[in-house]
Amino acid sequence: MIDLLIVGAGPAGLRAAIAAAENGLHVSIIDEFVKPGGRLLGQLHEEPDGSWVNGVEEAERMYHRAIQLGVEISTGVSVYDLAETPAGWSIYTTDGVRESRCLLLATGASETPIPIPGWTLPGVMSIGAAQVMGNVHRVKPGHKGVVIGVNVLSVAIAREMQLCGVTVDRIVLPAHNLISADASNPEKMMESLLRLSHLAPSSLMKIGGKFVSPKLAARFYPRNGFKIWGIPIQLRKTALEIIGEEQVRGVRIAAISATGSVIPGTEEIVDADFVCIAGGLTPMAELAAVAGCRFHYVPQLGGHVPLHNERMQTTLKGLYVAGNITGVESAKVAGAQGRVAGLSIADELGVLSAAGKEKIKEAVDQTVHTRKHALIQFNQGIEEARHALYTEFQQLTDKKISV
Amino acid sequence: MKSMRVQEHPILGNSEKKEAVTIYFDGKPYTAYTGDTVASALLASGVRTLRKHEETASPRGIYCNIGHCFECRVQLNGSETVRACLTTVADGMYVTSLTLPKGASI
Ligand SMILES: Cc1cc2nc3c(=O)[nH]c(=O)nc-3n(C[C@H](O)[C@H](O)[C@H](O)COP(=O)(O)OP(=O)(O)OC[C@H]3O[C@@H](n4cnc5c(N)ncnc54)[C@H](O)[C@@H]3O)c2cc1C
Ligand code: FES
Repeated sequence: MIDLLIVGAGPAGLRAAIAAAENGLHVSIIDEFVKPGGRLLGQLHEEPDGSWVNGVEEAERMYHRAIQLGVEISTGVSVYDLAETPAGWSIYTTDGVRESRCLLLATGASETPIPIPGWTLPGVMSIGAAQVMGNVHRVKPGHKGVVIGVNVLSVAIAREMQLCGVTVDRIVLPAHNLISADASNPEKMMESLLRLSHLAPSSLMKIGGKFVSPKLAARFYPRNGFKIWGIPIQLRKTALEIIGEEQVRGVRIAAISATGSVIPGTEEIVDADFVCIAGGLTPMAELAAVAGCRFHYVPQLGGHVPLHNERMQTTLKGLYVAGNITGVESAKVAGAQGRVAGLSIADELGVLSAAGKEKIKEAVDQTVHTRKHALIQFNQGIEEARHALYTEFQQLTDKKISV
Repeated sequence: MKSMRVQEHPILGNSEKKEAVTIYFDGKPYTAYTGDTVASALLASGVRTLRKHEETASPRGIYCNIGHCFECRVQLNGSETVRACLTTVADGMYVTSLTLPKGASI
């Protein structure tokens, strides 16, 4: 039996493994992807000072540190079930059953699909798929594409595709349906776009600065959009249908009013050999549900999340969570949470000194600090929502103790 | 066809030279490079359709590229069903599409 098994070799899992192994724990990580690093692998961001954060390199650094500390990392292995045992946890994987005293779920987030007529055609993919194709596998998702869905991820990845030599023709809104909901409404999208101004200061400031309210901005938004890095962002255009027989040939688009209704007679077809759908991210918490964790719905964190405290403990003994499974945030925050989890587990297993215990507090503070300064904020009100969640956890465990 | 490989990149640098291998998809040989997934190798060769839908026979390819959606399922070496986006290539690998033969039903 090992001390700690971690599901997920993203920034949260890797940093947790490093922190736990530095304190002498025997740690294994399992990940189903072809190499360690999780979604950090495809990331490529320009910092305000002009330097680039290269996710592939960051992931390699963490991986080597973990290996140096004796952490075992298996890739290409999926975990599909978990069971609590008297001594800890049984973990069912495609490579047999593993036993561990503690278990950390660091499974990250998944993309929310938006079904649009034609979306099953080969050549239609999620925006994250294009990121991984281009930046990790170094294969272009296509030569000329249309992105459907305007959010922080789609704008960032459109830029990354451009760096791969791919033409991103334009970014438009998805057609209005039950699932696209707010994502098809220009006013709502303007609101979220204004939060991106730090990523593309000059072009967004022009729009954002001129209009005080997102409502006004959406109404007076130029019909052909404005450009970021030369890519037209068209909040007043909607994708009605993806067309093609054997694979994508183009997208049928139309102009829409500020509240999202299609303006008759404005339909046109844009040629493209691929289409990316960007529906946003949601925590991937199935394994926590299988384990029997208590859940809470927190929109600011991207959906249903396992109830946990700031030390990354869940309501189940020996079961911890870290990273995007606890809420959608940037890779640096996920990593900081991972460190907290690794130290908390070392504490539960009784290997932390008094000085080590101090480190948990420091790591919790570091997470809050990292969140505050994160370049990419997926949602607003994250810190407040987290605070409420931790209070809820506290009340629940207090209640348990008093009965 | 213009190359689908990203050989040069202003920030990630140039692609490292990798060893070429041959994989077979529905009997046809394709050149792939070590480290490729079945999905990325086929896309690099211009192949987007990995299977036909079991009921409607509509063509399907990758969607998420990271193992979540199972849209990319293919058959490996005549037996196992795997996700093309999570399977790395090996020389001589034999991949077949899960298309049902004409007249077959499920
Ligand atoms: C497609 C996509 C693109 C993203 N792009 C960006 C971006 O450009 N910028 C940004 O700041 N953030 C981005 N994010 C957010 C991203 O989630 C965080 O930046 C960060 O990577 C989260 O770290 P993590 O360790 O929590 O999870 P991840 O980095 O997602 O790692 C989780 C790992 O767990 C593995 N896993 C999950 N379930 C299982 C299982 N059952 N069995 C075995 N292994 C499993 C996965 O294979 C994965 O490697 C993106 C997220 C997604 C989903
Ligand atoms: S494309 Fe989604 S699982 Fe492979």
